[in-house]
Parts: sequence; structure tokens; C-alpha cells
Amino acid sequence: MSVETMSIFSPQLAARLDALVAKYPVRRSALVPMLLYAQDEVGYLSDAVITEVASRIGITELDVRNVATYYSMLRFKPAGRFNVQVCTNISCMLRGGYDIFDRFQDELGIGHKGVTPDALFSLEEVECIGACCWAPAIQVNYDFHDDLTPDRVPAILDQYRAQAKSEGKADHA
Amino acid sequence: MADVTITVDGKKLTAPAGALLIDVCRKAGIEIPAFCYYPGLSLQAACRMCVVRQEKVPKLQTACTTQVAEGQVFITDSPEITQARKATIELLLGNHPLDCPVCDAGGECELQDMTFKYGAGESRMVDVKRHRDEQQWSPAVYYDRPRCILCYRCIRMCGEGMDVWALGVQNRGASAVIAPNGGDRLDCEQCGMCIDVCPVGALTSGSYRYKTRPWEMNHVATVCTHCADGCKVTLGVRQSPEGAEIIRADNRDKSGINGDFLCAKGRFGFDFVQNPQRVSRPLVRNAQGVLEPVSWERALRTAAMKLTEVRDTRGGSAIGVIGSNSTTNEENYLLQKFARSVLRTNNIDHERTADYAAFAHALAGHAGRAASLRDIASAPAILLVGGDPTKEHPLLAWELRTNVRINRARLYVANTTPIKLERQAKAVLRLPADGYPLLAAYLGGQSTSIRDISFRDALLAEESLVVIFGPEFRGAQLDALVKWGIERPHIRYACIGAYANSRGAADMGLLPHLLPGYVSVSQPGAFSSEYPGMPTAPGKPLQEMLASVSSGDLGALLVVGANPAANQINPAELRKTFLIVQDIFLTETAAMADVVLPAASLYEKTGTVTSTYGDVQLARKAADIPRSKPDFEIIVRLAGAMGVDVKTLVPFGGSAVTADLGQSRGAQAGEADRHAVWLAARSLEPKLSPFDPFATMDEIERLIPAYKLDRLNLFGGNDSPTEPGFVPLSQLIAPDGVTPAHDGLFTSGTLGRYSTSLVDLLRHQSPSMAETAAD
Repeated sequence: MSVETMSIFSPQLAARLDALVAKYPVRRSALVPMLLYAQDEVGYLSDAVITEVASRIGITELDVRNVATYYSMLRFKPAGRFNVQVCTNISCMLRGGYDIFDRFQDELGIGHKGVTPDALFSLEEVECIGACCWAPAIQVNYDFHDDLTPDRVPAILDQYRAQAKSEGKADHA
Repeated sequence: MADVTITVDGKKLTAPAGALLIDVCRKAGIEIPAFCYYPGLSLQAACRMCVVRQEKVPKLQTACTTQVAEGQVFITDSPEITQARKATIELLLGNHPLDCPVCDAGGECELQDMTFKYGAGESRMVDVKRHRDEQQWSPAVYYDRPRCILCYRCIRMCGEGMDVWALGVQNRGASAVIAPNGGDRLDCEQCGMCIDVCPVGALTSGSYRYKTRPWEMNHVATVCTHCADGCKVTLGVRQSPEGAEIIRADNRDKSGINGDFLCAKGRFGFDFVQNPQRVSRPLVRNAQGVLEPVSWERALRTAAMKLTEVRDTRGGSAIGVIGSNSTTNEENYLLQKFARSVLRTNNIDHERTADYAAFAHALAGHAGRAASLRDIASAPAILLVGGDPTKEHPLLAWELRTNVRINRARLYVANTTPIKLERQAKAVLRLPADGYPLLAAYLGGQSTSIRDISFRDALLAEESLVVIFGPEFRGAQLDALVKWGIERPHIRYACIGAYANSRGAADMGLLPHLLPGYVSVSQPGAFSSEYPGMPTAPGKPLQEMLASVSSGDLGALLVVGANPAANQINPAELRKTFLIVQDIFLTETAAMADVVLPAASLYEKTGTVTSTYGDVQLARKAADIPRSKPDFEIIVRLAGAMGVDVKTLVPFGGSAVTADLGQSRGAQAGEADRHAVWLAARSLEPKLSPFDPFATMDEIERLIPAYKLDRLNLFGGNDSPTEPGFVPLSQLIAPDGVTPAHDGLFTSGTLGRYSTSLVDLLRHQSPSMAETAAD
């Protein structure tokens, strides 16, 4: 892939994607990791992201959407700055996963797939995140919080509110 | 592949090793149901309907992905398998709406058939079915999501079959849906193949949806009236208050050379038949200069009197005749016979879209060098020169793609501009803008400005080759290209023209200098006694005829199914002659006429047409529109009105007819029918009417050596190739009068303008086609 003259991605990400498409025997094999990295940087898979990923691989936008819509971890709308993913699969469910999820709903005032008005948090009920040994568990962006009780929910949220304050909002797209 | 023997349900079957079990079983008459499996497309194994029990294998196997090997034992029908299929159907029906009574597919739905066979009609599901609204993707394609069973046939057909890749599947599990490439609209070639292969009523056609039920239609197999590829098309015809109307066009029985393929024109472009602008009554220009409706007798008498007067006072050379690219062979033959033996003129031509005369001349004396479409479909190597079949000849493009995909044929493309078929090509030769004249010399090994020698070497290394070229090659240039191949073994040729019977028009002698079968008018041979009194000097070609119209020299002009005023002459000029027009619509030409005779379209008459590959097929009357007549009947009536004994024109009746119609035979069921088939196959059936085109067909077969037709095949609905090698060596090379049409996917000359569907599709489809690459 030639260097994109008008990339919507940062130079670092663009370089990473260039390396990815060259890595596999078939270019389209790089599609899923490309989408994930693009989502990490942009926040979600916008139309512009899909267009650029398609052109980088040399497939149609339809092909990209076919794959992207299959994966629940890829999203097409902006999430909050901190995306709270609460597992309610069997281990977590048995150990009170729904209580945790309910508490997050109460604290944030949003439901499944909701985003708070300040765009700080979004909430998702997700399938197994592979932390059954420490159920119930949640994942906030790439951070794990496990062996939870509902009472620990406000502290977790405060931790991220504080983090947001210290980092400022300017760097968030 | 070596043959292996397997056992299916206790029966020993022999098949090539590696063949798919589902194909082997179906060939042996063992039914294996399948939704996702579709012959010719890649395997999906998504529907689980074709499961069978294989001995020594623990789980049920999918027959569509099982390759047969020596000694395998299968069971395809047992309570276990029936239960498995029933369970599959029950799950499919979980979200499937129960709207069969209003669904287009009701009555020809594969899911409905399977539910009847395996049960599961009563659901144990208590949940509410998931409903989603219907979507319109284009004027031609609608998608009803709940009906979809996700067999992926449409996706594969669009991608692999059409090389368009406009459909995909999005989301997953119970939420999965088929999605078009434009988000909520379909940006594609609008061929409708996705609708055709859909086993249920999820994809429906804009022209057919909610109009009728399959069992309310008669299904008439005929030939498409649009491009020259000669697709067989099955028209669904229903009684209408005035006659019979066409509701649907498809080819689901896969008969004919095109199999199930049809393009947008064939599938949706039949609605011109019902267009309210059709001429419904004969018109004659009155004293005030206005066209007014009159009786057939009056219109024919007016035309006949003028033609007789001009012929008798100024001679036949003062009359011109322009024939059609979409009338049948019998009509074309009759028209030129009428022109030559009754009007006594060789001023007869048609809008030539390819130089078939030069093609016939180049092939003369070399049998077996013309390629039928079946030859192209199975050729191991093909050279495609010029043109863009994807747009102008969709069936040719389909056959080339399929041949490359399934048979690994090698396609070579030489073109001045990039075309979509290059994606299938093994090698591409990009010619300079004026490069076509150089091609024959380049292929012959002479040094030209074309430098790419590897392309030529690859071609010459091929053991056999089919060369396909279009109207870019004519006259001496065409001759040189064909001569190159004639000197080498195993090279065949196909010459591509534009319209449904362009080839037939040339073959039947709608040419000023050539008689039927490309016999020179100056050396007519047997034709001099067949056409008593015919002139032997070449007549005026189309352009000269129109020029003498403009200069006021032409006494009368008879135009049959052509529209020169569209692009070849200023319509007002046509008022300078006495103009008789036979046409479906009041075209620019017909509007200037003195007499307009309403004609039947190709879908409303019976006769043969010849595809551009020389394949003759039978067109059968499907629609019935009142107050119009087939051109054949109009010409016979016109000749009759001129006082001609029509038996000299159409060899019907006569003392030789003593045929037994079957009534005298025993009461055994079907005896009369079989007798009729026997007679028809030997062309012995009685021709009792002057309007019977098959009487003329006898004469065509008698006089044109290239038309030795396999009648049983022809009447059985198959194509019968002609052999242009059986052509006398004529001294004349045609004067170049070729105007290539270059109609695209949604245009079809004058006719296309009267098809609402095609006009809508043209508007929907932006000029930029989705260009995609598969890896």
C-alpha cells in the first residue's frame, strides 16, 4: 500500500496499518486488527474509517462492513471516554453480575449501550471477558476490575472521573 | 478423474472421484434437498438440509461438501435424516413470516416445498417473530428481511457469477441480514440474478412483486428481443381484458444457452409491450396532413396503390425498403423477397451494427470456423478484441466469466480502453487508440507499433482459440483478422453485432448487394428463378437511400421496425417521400409517415431469430396485443393488396399437402401430439395459411445452405447453430455501412426508450458502476 496522502489516522497508526497489510499472505487478513486499532484511536468505526481501511486493503466498503458488523466489540457510534463493559455470562451471573450491571445503570443513569450526556462513560452488557476465576468482573476500556460487589461501583467510577480531570478533556476526540 | 463406485441407499453409483455427493445423487435421480447449494457457485454448507448418513462416520455429513471416494456407503433417506431436516426447517421457520398467501414466491418456494415434505409446519416456538420492514434497494430489487433464510446464494451469485460483489451479509446469528453495497441502495448492474436464485421470497422484483401467483400464468419460452446474444427467456403470461399480458421474465428452468442467466434488459425490459404509447390502429395521413386512424383495408390499399404506382411509373429503383434488426428471420426473408420480386428493387438495407457480410465472405468455404455461443462457453482459450461485453453483451460476459471460473479457460483481452472483463483475463494487450487495424499484422508476427510480444506468444502457444470481435472490425480489416486464423488450425471466430436479429437481417439478405445467404445480386444463380423479375444491379445502401429521400428522388420508402429518424436523417426530410412505416410505436420515423401499420413485437409473434453467434432459436408468441399484426402478416397482406398471388411469396398449401393431422389415428392418448412432433421434425407439417412463417422457414432452409437446422432441437426450445462456411465465394466486399450501436445495460435502441423499467433503472444507476476487486 502506498503511503496515504490524506489519512485520517495518526502517522503512528498509519505506519502500523501499513505494516499489517503486508504481513499476511492475503491482504484482507489484516482487516480485523486494523479495525480494532482504528477504533482505539478514533473511538468508533466512522464512515471515514471504513472508507480508508477498505482502500488500504483494496476491498469494498461493503466487505469491511460485512466483517465489522459481525463483531460486537467493534462499534459504529462513539462510546464514552470510558467504556464500561459488564460481564453477565454464567460465572459472573452466578456471582452477582446483574447486580453490578444494575448498580452501574443507577449510578450512570444510562442503560445497555448508553452514553452519559458528558460523554465520559458508556455502559455495555457483554459476553464472557475471560475473568471467570474472579467473577464478577468488568472491563473499562482495557482495564479489568474483578471480584466486585455493587458497593465498589461508585469508587470505580470516581477513579475514572478523577483520571479524566487530571488528564483534561482536550486530548479526547 | 478415475471413476469410483459408491453405494447410495443400497444402489451402486459410479462417478468421477472427487465429484460432489449431492451432484452424483441428483444425477442418479436421488433427491437431496438443499437451500445454499447452487450448481456452479462456491460451496457454502450453511443450510444443513443436505445432510446424509455416511457409514463409519459418527455424525451426519453434508452431501454438498462430501467428495465421493471408492467404497463409500451413504444413506440419504431414513427417519434420522428426516428428523434432522425437519429440525433445520423448524429453526428456519422460527423467524420466517407466515405470509405465503401474499408472497411472490408462494407456489414456487423451496422452503414451502421442503416444509410440505418434512413437516415442521407447526412451530414449537412461542416467542414473537422478529419483524423487520421491507426495503427497496433499487427500482428492480426489493428485500423482505424476515423471509430471508441466509442461504448466501444471492451473495455468491452477485460476486462469483456476476463479478459485481454488491451484496454482503451483515451482523450475525439471528440478526444477520443481507446488505447491499450502497448502504440502503443497490449500486450494481441490476441484472436481478439475486432475485432469481433466491429460494424464498426474500428478494423480489420491482416489476413482478404482488402482481400475480405463479400458477395463474402461462409460461412461454421465447428469445429476448434486446441484444444480439440470444438469451432464451421464459415469459410469464396472464390473461388480460384485451388479450394476454407479460408479467414476468426469467429463465428458471435453465433451458437454452444462457441457463438461468438474464440481464436487466431481458428480465425487466419486457414492459414496452404494455406501453400505452403503442400504435393501436393503422394510421393514414389525411388531406389536412394529419395522421388519422383508419381500417386495415384502407391503410393497406393506400400503401399498395402508391407502391404499385411508383413501381409502374418510375421503376422499382425509385422505391426503398429499410428492414429491422428485431423482426424474425422469416419476416426479414419475406421482406427482401417482397422487395426484390414484387417491388422490383434492390434498394433494401437495415441499420447494420456489424459487418456480417464481410464476416461471411471471410469465412466462405471454411466450414467449422464460426464459433457458436456454446463453443465460446466451453473454449479453453478465447481472444476478446474490442468492445465491452459486460455492458453491451451481458450473456457473452457471463459465459466468459463462467468459463474462466469453472473450466479455468484462458481469456486474452486486446482493447484500446480498460474493460471490466480484464479481471478474468490471463493477459491484456492495451492497444493504442487507433490500434485495431494493426492487430492482424501484429498477430501475424509483423513488426508494428505494438511492442508487447509476450501476448502474441501466449496466444500462439494455445492449441485452439476462439476470437471474438465486434464492429470495430469491418471490411478489409475484418478480412485480415479472420484470414490470420483461417491459415492456422483450430481457430474459430465470432462477430458481435447489436440487436436481437441483427445477424438474421444480414443472413436473410436485407442488404442492397447481397441476397439471402450472402449471394451476390449480380450473380443470383438459383435465385433468378425463385425471384422472377428481380433486378441484378446492386441497390442503394441505407445512407444513399436516405440521401435520395432528402434530395426528393425516392418515390416511396417502406420502413419495417426501424427508426432512421432517430440519428440518421432529419425527421422533416422524410416528408419528401411517400413513407410507409410498420412499427410498434409512433417513433420519430413513424410520426412522419403517410401510412403507419401497427406491428407486433418479437414477444407477440412466432418465428426464428439468429443470435450474433449464428445460433438459430425459436421465438414463440407470448403476449397478445389487440389491433396489431405480425410484420409477416402485414407484408403478405400488402403484397395481396398489390394484386400479387401470395402463394408465390409464401409457399403454403399446394397440392402436395396430404398430411394426416392425426384425427384418423387411433384413440391412444397423445398419438396426435406425437404425430405432430414427427411431422414438424421432418418439416412435413401442413402449412395451410399464408401467414404461417414456417412455410417461409422451409424456403429459407431450402435456399440458404448455412441454415440447415436441426428442427427437432429447434422446436424443443434449443439453439441450432448455422454454418456460415457454406457461403458462395462472392466477389463483393460490402460497402461499409456499419453504425455500431453500443447499447449499454439499460438501453436498447429505440425500443429501450419505451420500457419504463429500463428508463427507471437507467435513472437509478449512476454512470459510475461499482468497481471492486476480489483477492
